[in-house]
Amino acid sequence: MAKFKKKTGGGAPGISTASLPDIVFMLLFFFMVTTVMREVTLKVENKKPKATEIKKLERKSLVTYIYVGKPKAQYIAQVGSEPRIQLNDAFARVKDVQNHVITAREEINEAERPLMTVSIKADSEVKMGLISDIKQELRKANTLKLNYSTRKGEVYGDKG
Amino acid sequence: MADIAFLLLIFFLVTTTMDVDSGINRKLPPWNDEQVDPPPIKEKNIFTVLVNSKDQLLVEEEYMDIEQLRGAAKRFVNNNGDGSCDYCTGALRSPTSSVNPEKAIISLQNDRGTSYETYIAVQNELAAAYNELREDLAQRRYGVSYKDLGEEARKEIKDAYPQKISEAEPVSLGN
Repeated sequence: MAKFKKKTGGGAPGISTASLPDIVFMLLFFFMVTTVMREVTLKVENKKPKATEIKKLERKSLVTYIYVGKPKAQYIAQVGSEPRIQLNDAFARVKDVQNHVITAREEINEAERPLMTVSIKADSEVKMGLISDIKQELRKANTLKLNYSTRKGEVYGDKG
Repeated sequence: MADIAFLLLIFFLVTTTMDVDSGINRKLPPWNDEQVDPPPIKEKNIFTVLVNSKDQLLVEEEYMDIEQLRGAAKRFVNNNGDGSCDYCTGALRSPTSSVNPEKAIISLQNDRGTSYETYIAVQNELAAAYNELREDLAQRRYGVSYKDLGEEARKEIKDAYPQKISEAEPVSLGN
């Protein structure tokens, strides 16, 4: 019968874009939820060493960071090129570490204070002398949980 | 509407940083003002690792590359010198290595000039040695991976190979 005529092709129908806003919103919410705003501006070089046996740092509110490394190029004129400690947004001396950690501990609710962790984010070129001085200060401040921040990767890739 | 969403999406795409904080966990010994004499420990139960300012390793008074450290530490802990450790596979019974894993202590000392990278590498290798021993024992006893074990079993394995790493205060070892 004539009614069963083969449809004459008009090419593929265009893809409907009606769901595009939905997809965009979905992505938007994903990034809004996962995003972490940088709290400090790094003033020191921070190329972390590699390690394989690493554990994730949990409970961000209980973690205090100490950055160690050579000052970035624009600060060399002010503070020199020797590795320095950065606490929050400023350069600091070794003796400031103790105060910084104690202040950070005061802000944590009392029951959780023993769980406080200090994360040392040091550049791989820093010498251990400075790190040891920091560790001594942490011991004096009685903050004994420590985390050496590292990247994931094999240890002896680029070493002899 | 979609335009605004796009704008926000691009903003968050740009500002987002995906790095997860991770690293090696360690515990510091509490501060002590007066000098406390260390308890007597037999020389053979101590695995000495020295790192100098040129990032060279001296392990048990022998020069060693970082690649060999993991194996050497495993052999030392797994030595089973007095035969009391029935789960040790090493069974070398070397008279100069530890008597059993519970008594084995790794002593680490570095120079003030040692680079942080090497220090982390050494810490990592020592941790890896213990993790491999634990993983191995978990596989033999329970047939599952250490990280999949229940809390009790995990503690049992952990106590079988207690990780005792003692760090001395750094000195200037010189060259």
